[in-house]
Amino acid sequence: MVDLPGTYSVSARSPEEAIVMDFLKNNKMDVVVDVLDSSNLERNLILTLQLLEEGIPLLIDLNMQDEAKKRGLTLNKAKLSEVLGMPVVETVGRRSDGVKTLLSVFTTEVMEKYQPSDMIKAHIENVNSIRNSGKSDEEIEEAIIDARYAVINNIVTEVVTLNRTVVSVSETLDKYLANGILAPFLFLAILYIVFYITFEWVGQPIADFIDELVSGPITEGATAFLEGAGVSEWLKAMIVDGAIAGVGAVLTFVPLIFILFFCLSFLDGTGYMARVAFITDPFMRRVGLTGKGIMPMMMAFGCAVPAIMGARALDSEKDRLTAILVTPFLTCGAKLPIMALFAAMFFPDNAANVVFLMYIIGVVAAIFAAKFLGATIMKDKGSTFLLELPPYRLPDIKTVLLETWDKGKGYLIKAGTIIFVASVFIWFLSNYNMSGMTEEMSESFLATLGGAIAPLFYFHGFSTWEAGAAAISGILAKESVVSTMGVLYGVAGEIDAEAAAEEASMFLNSGMGAAFTSLSAFAFMVFSQLYTPCVTALGTIKKEAGGFKWMIFAAVYTFFLAWVVSLLVYQIGRLLGF
Amino acid sequence: MTLKEAKVGDTFIVESIEPFELKGRLMTMGLTKGTKVEVMPSAPFGDPMAIKIRSYKLALRRDDAEKIIVEKVG
Repeated sequence: MVDLPGTYSVSARSPEEAIVMDFLKNNKMDVVVDVLDSSNLERNLILTLQLLEEGIPLLIDLNMQDEAKKRGLTLNKAKLSEVLGMPVVETVGRRSDGVKTLLSVFTTEVMEKYQPSDMIKAHIENVNSIRNSGKSDEEIEEAIIDARYAVINNIVTEVVTLNRTVVSVSETLDKYLANGILAPFLFLAILYIVFYITFEWVGQPIADFIDELVSGPITEGATAFLEGAGVSEWLKAMIVDGAIAGVGAVLTFVPLIFILFFCLSFLDGTGYMARVAFITDPFMRRVGLTGKGIMPMMMAFGCAVPAIMGARALDSEKDRLTAILVTPFLTCGAKLPIMALFAAMFFPDNAANVVFLMYIIGVVAAIFAAKFLGATIMKDKGSTFLLELPPYRLPDIKTVLLETWDKGKGYLIKAGTIIFVASVFIWFLSNYNMSGMTEEMSESFLATLGGAIAPLFYFHGFSTWEAGAAAISGILAKESVVSTMGVLYGVAGEIDAEAAAEEASMFLNSGMGAAFTSLSAFAFMVFSQLYTPCVTALGTIKKEAGGFKWMIFAAVYTFFLAWVVSLLVYQIGRLLGF
Repeated sequence: MTLKEAKVGDTFIVESIEPFELKGRLMTMGLTKGTKVEVMPSAPFGDPMAIKIRSYKLALRRDDAEKIIVEKVG
């Protein structure tokens, strides 16, 4: 049994449709179970007809009858079976749990007894004659759609009875959440709650717990084990200071990201995210995006990788590309520790406001970039917005968890692969030079590399090899910026960026306090906020934007923008006397 | 008239859709000739608009709605 993605039709307009179409074309099927939403039969029957036109035996499964009943609809199962000529069953539950049982009853032999009804046969003949009519492809497509809906109208008249008109709960909710002047404010309030849950209420305690676990028992345990095993000093350092510290720092963000994605998946499941797209479209359109881009944008505050992948849901190429190219400006979970640490160190009285300001700078940069891209390389391409506003419902928790996992698993994989390699790599770079292992970090490969790019930031106020080295490691993974700084300035122990306030004094007492002024620290924060996305994000851009050139473009234009903005911040700040 | 000028609460029948990039998608979504369309309240600033067709609710931009020719029935 193969479960195909949910789709309304097979015309290759969305990735889901393309997958289904591809599968149907390339595989011979005994029977297709066509799961229909009983409360929205008219739209669902399009796929049914398309499958019947291909001569595929169908088992029709009327799902969500409870929803239909709530709307005052009654469906005649026997009649539907008669007009289609195919067996019709009912199941309850959101997912097709009972499908396996169904398939043991409706075997190939049983299915052979069913033949398409005369009406369906006539429809297939009609479609074939339209196909052979010699008209243009467009005219043929439109004529076939008309023909299908003509049949659907007949089916619905025969099968569905409307008992009473129900003023649905959805309409009442939409009055506030989608239509009124209050709607944008309610959205901001809900957004605030989501962020509060993610960063303060649930995510933070879990993150703290993992941090303590990694820096305490795990580091100590590993050290004791390695010492007991008698491994050499360098191998122990590589595993404990490199791999465990690096991967551990990333693992502390995992709960934050999963909680954020859980909240967003939950909201999506209720039908609310469609309303968010609806009410934000005028704003998003003005900056060269579409309301549908709001979901990926919100995901980007967790991690840009699933956000870039989420841009698949956007309709037009312009919308998709723009969203892909601007999401990396937003403050992902891995950039947050950089902001939190620097804000706590250099702006202790206004730390929270400065961090918030960085979020705003990220959003403004994304808006600016979207406008810029829209006015230049994507000038001639159109943006579209067509969106079903589904009825509100309580989401199925299993589905929400599956979606959360689907969006968040990439981050876990990243922690286990790229971060692991990057941590070891940075550890190696910061402990070795051409003549072997070095005690002095300032003589390491990393110092040489950092020193080589440091002159780029001569007018930015942070042209030290340490800042250069941190910036380079940040391209491997943003998480590494803070940990690299910690290693370079010799701050002992695990870097716990979330508890930044306490750690800040440790950093200040190290050389780092003297290396930055408040202004150059601010300029460095702005640079970190905007510059080149991490390699994982770049890899995703290459895959999703369809090409190496977009990846290079994304890497270069973000670096350039960050360089310019950070320069302006520093120089204007100096003129203003900061 | 076009759907763009339609007022909330009114009901229309689709007469035709001018050829443009979304025509095929709109038709697949059920906006075929003769389909009943009910205009629902739009987003806070009047755009996008929302319509009810074939027992579901669809949001679309007014610029796109301009391509949909309708006749008022109620």
